[in-house]
Amino acid sequence: MIGFVLRRLLQSILVMLTVALIAFGLFRYVGDPINNLVGQDTSAVEREQLREKLGLDDPFLVQFARFVKNAAKGDFGISYRHRRPVAELIVERLPATLELSIVAALIALLVGVPMGVYTGLHREGFLSRSFMTLSLVGVSLPTFLIGILLILLFGVVLRWLPTFGRGEVVALGWWTTGLLTVSGLKALIMPAITLALFQMTLIMRLVRAEMLEVLRTDYIKFARARGLSNRAIHFGHALKNTLVPVITITGLQLGSIIAFAIITESVFQWPGMGLLFIQAINEVDIPVMAAYLVMIALFFVVINLAVDLLYYLVDPRLRVDRDRATGHG
Amino acid sequence: MIGRLLDSDLFYSFSRSPVTVLAALVTAVMMGAAAFAPWVAPHTPFDLATLDLLDAFLPPAWMPDGDPRYLLGTDDQGRDVLSTIIYGARVSLLVGFAAVFLAMFLGVALGLVSGYMGGMVDAVIMRIADVQLSFPTILIALLIDGVARGLLPRDMHEEMAIYVLIFAIGISGWVQYARTVRGSTLVEKRKEYVQAAQVIGIRPWLIMLRHVLPNVMGPVLVIGTIHLAIAIITEATLSFLGVGVPATQPSLGTLIRIGNDFLFSGEWWITIFPGAALAILVLSVNLLGDWLRDALNPKLR
Repeated sequence: MIGFVLRRLLQSILVMLTVALIAFGLFRYVGDPINNLVGQDTSAVEREQLREKLGLDDPFLVQFARFVKNAAKGDFGISYRHRRPVAELIVERLPATLELSIVAALIALLVGVPMGVYTGLHREGFLSRSFMTLSLVGVSLPTFLIGILLILLFGVVLRWLPTFGRGEVVALGWWTTGLLTVSGLKALIMPAITLALFQMTLIMRLVRAEMLEVLRTDYIKFARARGLSNRAIHFGHALKNTLVPVITITGLQLGSIIAFAIITESVFQWPGMGLLFIQAINEVDIPVMAAYLVMIALFFVVINLAVDLLYYLVDPRLRVDRDRATGHG
Repeated sequence: MIGRLLDSDLFYSFSRSPVTVLAALVTAVMMGAAAFAPWVAPHTPFDLATLDLLDAFLPPAWMPDGDPRYLLGTDDQGRDVLSTIIYGARVSLLVGFAAVFLAMFLGVALGLVSGYMGGMVDAVIMRIADVQLSFPTILIALLIDGVARGLLPRDMHEEMAIYVLIFAIGISGWVQYARTVRGSTLVEKRKEYVQAAQVIGIRPWLIMLRHVLPNVMGPVLVIGTIHLAIAIITEATLSFLGVGVPATQPSLGTLIRIGNDFLFSGEWWITIFPGAALAILVLSVNLLGDWLRDALNPKLR
């Protein structure tokens, strides 16, 4: 057990260092940081002074170490475009993205799992087949297209919902939330659904496949032979065992939601981290790009680590085999 | 040979499913139109001399202000939407196919080497694959695209954009092929014909290329079709976000982005028709891929 945790931890640290290296490489070698920071009138002498002050002449490893140390503190330098500390920009935008992502994840789960269970239990019904067809369409349509269609329908034609922005937000400490205002909630609906749709179809197909798989197993047949009611079998036994892989996949999908949030935020002009990143790429704003890169990598590594550990803890088969193999237990 | 093709099991399962036949037909039509764009398109929207600004913002031909010359209407610069869609599909399909080939080439090569060599090489390659797999492909494509743009001088952005895009999408997609090929290679490695070849003294890379490769290619094709749909969507998404193909050589994604600005002023056709074209294309490719996967799946036979 300890060995497993240590190995995974080591791997995670290695990945983070690699990402930090790439981010640092971006920072240092793409374009000239000095050129990006000062105006055109600055003389060559002043540029040299600035270069020395920022330590840009130091050896590679020293600069890299400094970068990592600063990154660990959350200091990513100053955005070229916005002329403000990157950390400040990120903290400003983080609540928007997190709220959107969490709401979308909830929608995907709360709609996807029941739909998956239903289509798994009633394989041949008309409703099931239409759900499956819809899911194929959901996978084929790019996220941004769905967003545009929703905007067209509910924003332009019906005029029920706002088409961009976040509505009014309430500040709670450093967190700003749109959930406490009506306009905030209305603005949240379309982006959240757009973001959730892809995940929803994925979860639905996964749950369905798992249900079908589980329903064919021996212990289910035995339960049926014993005379347990359908309800007891489906929800008491089958569902519990379907949920384990679903939970792990959903955990991994959290990262995917963050990635797709970039697209959704672009379509709906949602002021989150994703929109910041896209603007940074378009403007070649290196500090923001590097910061986003490191943060996203951290997020993914932590999630993957957590899911791996969780799976290890939850699935008793993994633990028993390992103990038996090492001679304990 | 056509006779043998028509008699095969594959064609039988194909012709029995009307949905698949329709999907194949639609895909063939779109690919044909894209390939022969200069002859098929009614106008030449990217030849600036032929554009007439007075023709801008015309609605589709069946609507009251429409003009029968421009079947699906015109955009803000007087370009015929139908023609832009045909040329746009061309770019989308080009990038899609190229990216898939790149990913396939890279993935199959790495998978073969990884599976056949084993040991340290295998461990390293698979570790890299695992790490890359823990990030969503679109993020990786976005990152590679962003970095490449940072590295290139600004004036070269537009010409190089399409190559950067192909590279980015290709690199982000090799893992699936590599894993599958590695699995098949591990299985084939134990078989007698490989051992016989080794005993004769054929060099490893020749064995991999001429003996193992033909036997592991089957699943690769299935992955390829599904990957084509994903590649097209990824390209459209990146173009929509503004980091893909520029407006001088637009793909369907770029067209949608351009048209999006006019959605609120009522000229919906500039974005909806390219959107519909993209959706139909991807849906057809997906359906074909689904059928291919089921038809080639030995477990379902």
